[in-house]
Amino acid sequence: MRRVLGAGSARGGVHHWWVQRLTAVALVPLSVWFAVSLLALPSLDHATVAAWMRQSSTALLLILLVLVAAWHSRLGLEVVVEDYVQGPGARTVTLVVVNFVHVLLAAAGVLAVLRVALGGGA
Amino acid sequence: MPVRPLSPHLSVYKLKYTMLTSGLNRITGMGLSVGLVLLVYWLVAVAGGAQSHARAARVLSHPLMKLVYAGFIVAACYHLVAGIRHLVWDTGRGLERTQSERSAWVVAVVSIVLMLLVGYGAWLAMTRTP
Repeated sequence: MRRVLGAGSARGGVHHWWVQRLTAVALVPLSVWFAVSLLALPSLDHATVAAWMRQSSTALLLILLVLVAAWHSRLGLEVVVEDYVQGPGARTVTLVVVNFVHVLLAAAGVLAVLRVALGGGA
Repeated sequence: MPVRPLSPHLSVYKLKYTMLTSGLNRITGMGLSVGLVLLVYWLVAVAGGAQSHARAARVLSHPLMKLVYAGFIVAACYHLVAGIRHLVWDTGRGLERTQSERSAWVVAVVSIVLMLLVGYGAWLAMTRTP
């Protein structure tokens, strides 16, 4: 474990590569949908946005967008860290931070959408 | 690998913009990771109710944020189009030097057109809602 930590992929390489592509393909329609529907909203005030998020289709697609974007971002930043952060200690710490931050972002985003969609939030 | 001398004239033309297109994809991707933070911040603010949304809206509607959104539009359009080029490469197509040189230009042109389209849409939306 000590020897492979931070040394790059240990058999996880193909999976990393494949999921990076899967999420990329999924993000094409998701990001286009998000941009178009955001620009189509008559206003960005709280009532309008909350009403939009309460629609099941919006909530579903927003949750997918947050999850897939967070996953794609995590994989992409991992590669950047592996390329540029020198030293196994610093690299491992940075990778841990990148992973924790992305899980936090994904969880917070999904929770927020669910709160609005299920009426828990104001 | 031993350090060997390289002849610079071989790479000077090709690497210039094909390196730029690939590096830009990485840089825009990193920028969009920051955009993800902003997206989640906005969603959490909406979920917190009208008051928390109003507080976040003061930050998000700061005049300087327009610059940030413009940056996100540029980054998202470029990353989307350049990313599709990478997906095509993954199928084993378009890897020849002349093909990748041509597709670099296609990516530049298509992403700039897309940036202008989305920018125009954002401008329309902005003028519609003060």
